[in-house]
Amino acid sequence: MWRWLHPYAKPEATFSLSQKLLPWFAIPAVVLTLIGLVWGLAFAPPDYQQGESYRIIFVHVPAAMWAMAFYVGMAIMGLIALVWQIRSAELALLAIAPVGAVLTFISLFTGALWGQPMWGTWWVWDARLTAQLILLFLYLGVMAIYVAFEDERAGAKAASILAIVGVINIPIIHYSVYWWNTLHQQSTVTRAITRLEAPSIAPEMLWPLLLNIFAMLLLSATLVLMRLNNEILRREIHRPWALAYLGISLPSNEASAENSAQQDSKAAGGKHAI
Amino acid sequence: MLKANSVSQWAVVKQLIRRDLRVASRQRSDLLNPLIFLLIVVSLFPLGVGPGPDILGRIAPGVIWVSALLSSMLGLERLFRDDFRDGALEQMLLLPVPVEISVFAKILVHWLLTAVPVLLITPLLALLLNLPLQAWGVLWLTLLLGTPVLSAAGAIGVALTVSLNKGGALLSLLLLPLLIPLLIFATAAVEAAVAGISPAGPLALIGAFMVISLTLAPFAVKAGLRVSVN
Amino acid sequence: MLLEAKQLTSVRGDRTLFSGLDLFVNSGELWQIEGPNGAGKSSLLRILAGLLPAQHGHVYFSGELIQNHLEQYYQHLLFIGHKAAVKPELTAIENLEFYAAVQGVELHEPPYEILAKVGLVGLEDIPAQRLSAGQQRRIALARLWLSNAKLWILDEPFTALDVDGIALLHSRFAEHLLAGGAIILTSHQELITPLYSVQALQLRYQH
Repeated sequence: MWRWLHPYAKPEATFSLSQKLLPWFAIPAVVLTLIGLVWGLAFAPPDYQQGESYRIIFVHVPAAMWAMAFYVGMAIMGLIALVWQIRSAELALLAIAPVGAVLTFISLFTGALWGQPMWGTWWVWDARLTAQLILLFLYLGVMAIYVAFEDERAGAKAASILAIVGVINIPIIHYSVYWWNTLHQQSTVTRAITRLEAPSIAPEMLWPLLLNIFAMLLLSATLVLMRLNNEILRREIHRPWALAYLGISLPSNEASAENSAQQDSKAAGGKHAI
Repeated sequence: MLKANSVSQWAVVKQLIRRDLRVASRQRSDLLNPLIFLLIVVSLFPLGVGPGPDILGRIAPGVIWVSALLSSMLGLERLFRDDFRDGALEQMLLLPVPVEISVFAKILVHWLLTAVPVLLITPLLALLLNLPLQAWGVLWLTLLLGTPVLSAAGAIGVALTVSLNKGGALLSLLLLPLLIPLLIFATAAVEAAVAGISPAGPLALIGAFMVISLTLAPFAVKAGLRVSVN
Repeated sequence: MLLEAKQLTSVRGDRTLFSGLDLFVNSGELWQIEGPNGAGKSSLLRILAGLLPAQHGHVYFSGELIQNHLEQYYQHLLFIGHKAAVKPELTAIENLEFYAAVQGVELHEPPYEILAKVGLVGLEDIPAQRLSAGQQRRIALARLWLSNAKLWILDEPFTALDVDGIALLHSRFAEHLLAGGAIILTSHQELITPLYSVQALQLRYQH
């Protein structure tokens, strides 16, 4: 296991794997997103209560769902990175974080857009919105601590630890926010929201919603894979395989210098054993 | 392994606590400033929202707790900052005891130095904000149970940011979202007491937070310190 | 064999500091790690002390992997790094009493004698922050007289010391080696002393 998870061999292997996977995510993502949005926005029937404005759920709900799921995925990557010291997992964490943060932001933004026609206000301290806002803070923290470190690996480790601490906290935060919300439910607005969330949804709306949820997953996963590949290439830019992939051929004297330097280091390594 | 010297873990921890208390006793302004900050912030609220006793009494639990959270952010850095600068942190990792135990000792000392003064001036804060008398005891209890959570969670944040020059603002960004449940349940407990309802539920939850954070935080702190000292 | 390091590799950022490095340290040996700035001397010492994980390779102390027995290892290790780890608010005596206690050395009286040895007479009761960098360094080095650790790992112990201080350190090293201890240190200068022999490990700067 340890050998197999060799920290140097791994980014290269990860790169080729995710490069192979990319089209399998990207193409369905584009197709399904288009179908889902057209279906949801143009063909699904209007809501008898909310009219046309309900259609924002076809973006809002998928974004909100995956925002949370991606945080958990990020924390799992962090755990793998810490426990087994796997670089690819560190890079995956860094690839997921901004995508998840953007999903969270989209869900907050569309929530606000939805709120304006529905409740006459851009923001209500509804439990879901509040929890989502805190999730955005958690994402921002993970990203902020990574960039604060000068040493990228130390930054990635710190971000991993924080993501894990955050994910342990998320259920507690959720529970507390929902509890807080029921405690302070004096305003008619928040009560109206809970009423609107009755789980009865017509199948003509449910199917495009499910499709959109799936499409959003594929789209986000595509973005993560692309970010991961970029990140790996950026880190490994000096290694022969990356140069070969990019089609860059160093001037021959430089290339051979690189080679001999590597051999040198091996020779020097041997010499240490006095 | 070779036969070990005879030094018990408890003796090591005792020395660590003694040294930290001694160091703190020689830089008292560090400890006093967050306390004064707390007093000032709390007294800003009547100036901001007006001195009407009704509104003050109603917002008092939240105000006191938010102020306590903010002021604790000020004093947190001293948990590891000085030790990091002079190299004592590195030596702490090299002590012949599990790092988690040393970390626990540091958290304990930090709590003694920062939270106990807050507990002492709590009646004054309650008085300033016109908190109904029947809620004073519960406010004090929430602080007693909640401040160890601040120290423990804070230790994680400081461990992660201690090697950074601009750690201060980052520290708050990392920690405050994590402490929201504590804020919610603490204010809820006090509000329950104001309303004459039993605050036992939220209080029990805060107690659970305390136990969980004190047991789990040392592990995260250890991982954070290992990142920071290198 | 007191300390064995096998096939150590260390990477900082994008740069490999060293790879496949072996080091075997016996009782009674003093090893000097040599090399230019940035060659990884300090990193090597930190790996040997278990502070920094190596990318590859393992460190064994009396035959056992140090990661699995860190607390026992630290009973036998004295590590003095770049930073003196002297608390500036405490006096020299208080600093030393702390380190003696955590290293399991019983002091029957305050360690005035040792402070006198390292040239800090009359400065025992002054907070360390009022002393010079060299004097603080001497407080840290005074720990060498208060330690019964088998293995000493010292990062640049000779910096900020005057001629007398250096001579004193040499004689303390000789004592320690004679008693069966071992020392690993880094130093920019050549160690010229008749008291003991020096084994050298050369690190090269690698691009």
